Amino acid sequence: MLRRRELLESAGPYLGLALVALIFGFLVGPQFFRSANLELIARQTAIVCTAALGMTMVIVAGGIDLSVGSVVALTTVVIALGLRADWGPGLSMLAGIGAGTFCGLVSGALITRLRVVPFIVTLGMMILVRGSAKGLSGERRLEAPATWLNDLLRTLEPGHGFLIPLGLWIVIVLAILVAITLEYTRFGRHLFSIGSNERTARLCGVAVERTKIAIYTIAATLSGIAGVLQFSRLSVGDPTVADGLELSVIAAVIIGGGSLSGGRGTVPGTLLGAATMAMIQIGCAQRGLPNWVQQIVTGTIIVLAVALDRWRQKT
Amino acid sequence: MRGIRKTFGATIAVDGVDLSVAPGEVCAIVGQNGAGKSTLMGILAGAIQPDAGEMTLGGESYRPQNPLEARRAGVAMIYQELSLAPHLSVAENILLGMEPTRGPLGFGLLKRDEMRRRTSEVLARLGHPEIGIDAAAGSLSPAAQQLVEIGRALAVGCQVLVLDEPTSSLARADTQRLFQLIDELKRQGHAIVYISHFIEEVKEVADRIVVLRDGRVAGEGSAAALSPTEIVRLMVGQSMDTLYPRSARTRGEPILELADFGPAQATLTLHRGEIIGIAGLLGAGRTRFLRGLFGLAPVKAGRVKLATWSGVAEPHERWQQGMGFLSEDRKEEGLALALSIANNMTLSRLDDLGPGPLVFPRRQQHAASRWMERLRIKAGSPRQAVSELSGGNQQKVAMARLLHHDVDVFVLDEPTRGIDVASKAQIYELIDELVAADAERPRAVIIVSSYLPELLGLCDRIAVMRRGRLGTLRPASEWTEHSLMLQATISGEA
Repeated sequence: MLRRRELLESAGPYLGLALVALIFGFLVGPQFFRSANLELIARQTAIVCTAALGMTMVIVAGGIDLSVGSVVALTTVVIALGLRADWGPGLSMLAGIGAGTFCGLVSGALITRLRVVPFIVTLGMMILVRGSAKGLSGERRLEAPATWLNDLLRTLEPGHGFLIPLGLWIVIVLAILVAITLEYTRFGRHLFSIGSNERTARLCGVAVERTKIAIYTIAATLSGIAGVLQFSRLSVGDPTVADGLELSVIAAVIIGGGSLSGGRGTVPGTLLGAATMAMIQIGCAQRGLPNWVQQIVTGTIIVLAVALDRWRQKT
Repeated sequence: MRGIRKTFGATIAVDGVDLSVAPGEVCAIVGQNGAGKSTLMGILAGAIQPDAGEMTLGGESYRPQNPLEARRAGVAMIYQELSLAPHLSVAENILLGMEPTRGPLGFGLLKRDEMRRRTSEVLARLGHPEIGIDAAAGSLSPAAQQLVEIGRALAVGCQVLVLDEPTSSLARADTQRLFQLIDELKRQGHAIVYISHFIEEVKEVADRIVVLRDGRVAGEGSAAALSPTEIVRLMVGQSMDTLYPRSARTRGEPILELADFGPAQATLTLHRGEIIGIAGLLGAGRTRFLRGLFGLAPVKAGRVKLATWSGVAEPHERWQQGMGFLSEDRKEEGLALALSIANNMTLSRLDDLGPGPLVFPRRQQHAASRWMERLRIKAGSPRQAVSELSGGNQQKVAMARLLHHDVDVFVLDEPTRGIDVASKAQIYELIDELVAADAERPRAVIIVSSYLPELLGLCDRIAVMRRGRLGTLRPASEWTEHSLMLQATISGEA
């Protein structure tokens, strides 16, 4: 009996995605499911997915991180600066990710030291980091020499690489790592316990402060990697890019069954949530539906996901 | 109040109580924790609906559906925890919900002048005109906040005031001033119901005393006629349970040593194979003491030595040193309710459930099933959320965490609060097994409990905590419920 209920609980995001796929399959036609189109959806959603992996950890632990979009922008700027200074693509990429990691470390330290709620701290960080990105770039888009970084999300010519672009492989590997961390490690158990009841976690000897700092740092590192993918798509450092990305990322986690009150959330759910939103976006575009329809549909899905969650918890 | 009765599930909280209070009278209600005082007063103040019985107020039938109705009818309760809005001014607090306004539909502008005038009137009646009308309530002392709260009740025109443990957060001088105020209110014709644990206080302030025990009136009389020992005898009753198992115990090596530890100034030595009990009233500082011991509350004074480790430590260090803590607040702190039984049981010790930092859910569940079987926890599976279990089974899950961690020192705060009798008996049995001489490794236990028969039945030695200080530890056989209660409620040695 328990098994059946667990199945029902985790089935929500799958059903949602299947429903959306069905609707657009019907509206757009069978070409919607062609592999090229599916790859397009995957490429579209890679950035959101990467950042959402980190957000899943944050939300499971009962927190929130609003600085995701700004961290992505900062990363693209740092990478562009690095490339222009002839650091080479590898080092530039690491510098970009490092900048993201540093932002997360600061957020985590502020949240635990000042005992201010994460919403406020990361709201401040969102604006602060965006400002830093603009300052570093002199408030303009930074052109950068072309390198292999620009090819991470490019469609492969037949006969090259492994089936899908390297960037997608990175997302898949990261997803597996985060999923294992959440489900099969001590750290993961600690995240769930902090999100479910922080006082119990403290009572049981979980080093709550240290764990929280680690979560925000890891999440921001993942945002930094999302920034690398963003740079790869744009091939320029743009301080205004990814404005509002954090909301899509949070929405992906919520559609995937995460709870803003903490203690719930899974990697497969989050990926499905991100895929659902990407599918709506691309489906609407291919059907020629205007942007406002897409926004109404996405908003409805989010509200439905939360309503469904409430209803499930009551029964 | 006549024939008032209220049950919660299987427990009868109040069982046919009659109570009357006259205008200009102070009636004190005393009783042990759980005797039914709070429930009875909750019914009077409209917060709880009785199952049976009737109430009349000034000759008319009185059936408040909620505290607001009770207030409108003229009955106000001043709770232990003060309920002022800390950011609002004194005047705004006193007139909250009945602000004088001009303009239609009550949406109009506040009449500031009238608010100030009415507030000063009320404060003058309280005999405390010195309290600033415009001061933020949060900036006042606890005593002044309490006055504001009483003022609020007077401003609505309440005739009956219920004071729940009003002196628990007051200094001695403030207590005396409160008593003067109560006398003054009495002269103005208010009826006052005064709830307290402290017998000396009650004798000083009350005209009449009603003693509750197990939801019934155990006795009543004029304050002048009842002696403190008589009151305690009524509170305790003569019942003595005999469901406490007691295996042969041998006192082993000392494992926990305290010297002038913390604000309780506790000095004690706990040995393997021994159970130490700490009695005392709610708010006496018992929980604070245990939390300090476990590193959940800061402790500055005194020395502590646990096995070979000296000094205070963080909770995670305490676990490593072999001390486990059972919280009195199962729902808010003891357990993460939304998580599974397995996760709750194994949270403090996940290291041996997989190689390196890995934890295999299957091994977690396996470990949990063993404890579920051993403690007879009724649940479908170790993956079930703790929130779906009964109170008794939840408590067993919390207890199993300490067993899974395999600690040497069990620090138990109210281990049987609010659970059914069968689970209670099982937990007693388990605690006794822990310290038995024939256990492979006799453990040591410290229990805080408000239920005296439990302490007397289980413990080897008992001390009483009173107003933050821990008294002398004496063998359980030298204590009686009567003497424990005396020491907890009356100053000086009994």
